[in-house]
Amino acid sequence: MSENGIKRHTLIAWMEDKPGVLNRVAGLFGRRNFNIESLAVGHSETPGISRMTFVARGTDRDMRQVRTQLDKLINVTRIEDVTYNDPVMRELALIKVQATSEERAEVMQLVDIFRAQIVDVTLDSLIIQIVGKENQVNSLIELLGNFGIIEMVRTGRVAMVRGAASQTGVVDTAVPVNGHY
Amino acid sequence: MSEMKTGGQIIWESLIAEGVEVVFGLPGGAILPAYDDLAKYEYPIHHVLVTHEQGAAHMADGYARSTGRVGVCIATSGPGATNLVTGLATAYMDSTPIVAITGQVPTSLLGRDGFQEADIQGVTLPVTKHNYLITNIRDLPDALKEAFYIARTGRPGPVLVDVCKDALQASMPFTYPSKVNLPGYNPNLNTPDGTAVARAARLVNEAQRPVIVAGQGVSIARAEAELRQLAEKANIPVATSLLGIGAFPATHPLSISWGGMHGEAYCNYALQECDVLLAVGARLDDRLTGAFDTFAPKAKIIHVDIDPAEMGKNITIDTAVIGDALLALRALLPQVEANEHPAWLEQIAEWKSETSYRDILQQESDELVAPYVMRSLWHATGEGNGRATVVTDVGQHQMWEAQYYQHNQRRSLLTSGGLGTMGYALPAAIGAQMGNPGQELWVVAGDGGFQMTMMELSTVVQERLPIKIAIINNGYLGMVRQWQDVFYNKRHSGTPLFNPDFVKIAEAYGIRARSVTRREEAYDAIKEAQAHDGPYLLDFQVEEFTNVYPMVAPGKSNADMIRRPAPAVGSGK
Repeated sequence: MSENGIKRHTLIAWMEDKPGVLNRVAGLFGRRNFNIESLAVGHSETPGISRMTFVARGTDRDMRQVRTQLDKLINVTRIEDVTYNDPVMRELALIKVQATSEERAEVMQLVDIFRAQIVDVTLDSLIIQIVGKENQVNSLIELLGNFGIIEMVRTGRVAMVRGAASQTGVVDTAVPVNGHY
Repeated sequence: MSEMKTGGQIIWESLIAEGVEVVFGLPGGAILPAYDDLAKYEYPIHHVLVTHEQGAAHMADGYARSTGRVGVCIATSGPGATNLVTGLATAYMDSTPIVAITGQVPTSLLGRDGFQEADIQGVTLPVTKHNYLITNIRDLPDALKEAFYIARTGRPGPVLVDVCKDALQASMPFTYPSKVNLPGYNPNLNTPDGTAVARAARLVNEAQRPVIVAGQGVSIARAEAELRQLAEKANIPVATSLLGIGAFPATHPLSISWGGMHGEAYCNYALQECDVLLAVGARLDDRLTGAFDTFAPKAKIIHVDIDPAEMGKNITIDTAVIGDALLALRALLPQVEANEHPAWLEQIAEWKSETSYRDILQQESDELVAPYVMRSLWHATGEGNGRATVVTDVGQHQMWEAQYYQHNQRRSLLTSGGLGTMGYALPAAIGAQMGNPGQELWVVAGDGGFQMTMMELSTVVQERLPIKIAIINNGYLGMVRQWQDVFYNKRHSGTPLFNPDFVKIAEAYGIRARSVTRREEAYDAIKEAQAHDGPYLLDFQVEEFTNVYPMVAPGKSNADMIRRPAPAVGSGK
């Protein structure tokens, strides 16, 4: 938690897999001046429902705006702020690093320490794949910077709440904001 | 086995199934198949041909606000569709239910930048509650059903259905769907949460200085009677937002007029000093609140609204009651105790008497000032048994109308509050008249705004509508000029107007008209227009430099009003 209660929140939104839905969501973020740091979207376990994880910066009240405004989109079936549910959060990154044959061993050592993988090798480059929490990914990227990063891609955070209870996006839960503020 | 119908037929038959009797539109290439079906099958829908599509959207808006039913407008692709945008944005801001139907280029040409192609779904994304692009006729019936359902339920709003020309021409077996399947749509139709209602009632019961702020949500929910019962039971003064005008009778002893940037001073004082503020169906926008963090600083705020996203959007609130205003007020009524609040009401009465002392009509003057015209209009059309509906445009005249016309009837004022759309009044009045034949309707517009849509005078004549028009003509874009007077050192950049002779303009359309230049003529001129069996235009050439007060500068607190000047000693009449 930083100043004025502003912090990074992890939200999950479920939406109908229809043309233009991503456009609606992205358009809303821009138009409402929401501060979105990352966004990852793909299929969910339910056919026809996509699942989006996004990270937004703001206060709890800001997040209530994000949630309630997003929930108003007809195609968004459900949205939750899982920040306080201690969810499993992961990110995948592919990092192409410059590495001569002399440097390669050193890079491989780093890859081992971070439990990352080398997925492509050439004479003077490597592609490293890492799956982990963002700070792990950040640390590896920082260290690899010493060798020269040629190219990089990150998926953005994906998240899932622990435990057996499933979170599916089939039913509109309507954001529960009745009552005391 | 259902019959084969074309896309065009499906549109008209869906509209009929929704109870639509009138649509406002203008044809063009991509929508032609639908227009052809309208004529070919002689559907019992009255099509009002407009002069410009913006007018069609405002007409649908005026129709919807005045009747509570969904307004329908129709346009062709490209410029026809984009011309609707201002009207849709107006409706979106003010929560008006509209279904807009547009033709689109054939699917084979989509994305090819062909003649009259515009991505109207993309364009209207931020100004519609939802929208559809129909590329296949099989999606059309559900889209139309959903469009009407979404437009009128929950917090109402405009929905656009863009239909490719080939989908209009194709055929399929058709029955109008009986159900909608919208898993992601929750219009909040249930009774509000009991805990929230109980908490709200407790706050109201404990209040020493309570105020109700009633917004348009009260009128949308038709909850005026319940609002009045609640206010009378606990003797709570009622302010309205601009769009809430008419939700509570302006001449009721508990009415404290409306608040905000140009609201009455005593109303703003009451809002600033209250200890509990019960906002019902008002979204508490900046024009009402002034600087957000300075609004009602001593109050616990209870916000009743059907839209959860309005909770805490602008103002920090204490209690959120989410639901329809009617259901919420019905739930609150038995829990709110009878109360008197004598000291509070006395304090407000004192502020009120000081406010009326500063009333511009107390100033010694024979000049024809706009507030005088508004008060005369009220005497002639709204006082006593008067039941007129006034449709205002946007600007100084709009504020004066709201200040000096005492709206006692529900929905007796239609105005563009949120978007502030100049040019709204005339077409919205046409829509309102189409939905309410026989209703006395007055357009009040500035000389600037009137010229933005005055070509719809042809629609007035074409439909033989007896609409009366009062132009408040001061030769300026008055409100903009006022801001220049107050904030820009009186540099009148781009605000003086070169006006046509409005009387001649009206006469060119075959509309009777006269100009009014003197105070003594005002009332009689209004009565003359009122008595005339047909449309009538009055060009009120008012004093040029009068400005609207009180005024709260943008970003300032409502406590920092620029007040009306006090009249000189011994004056007043």
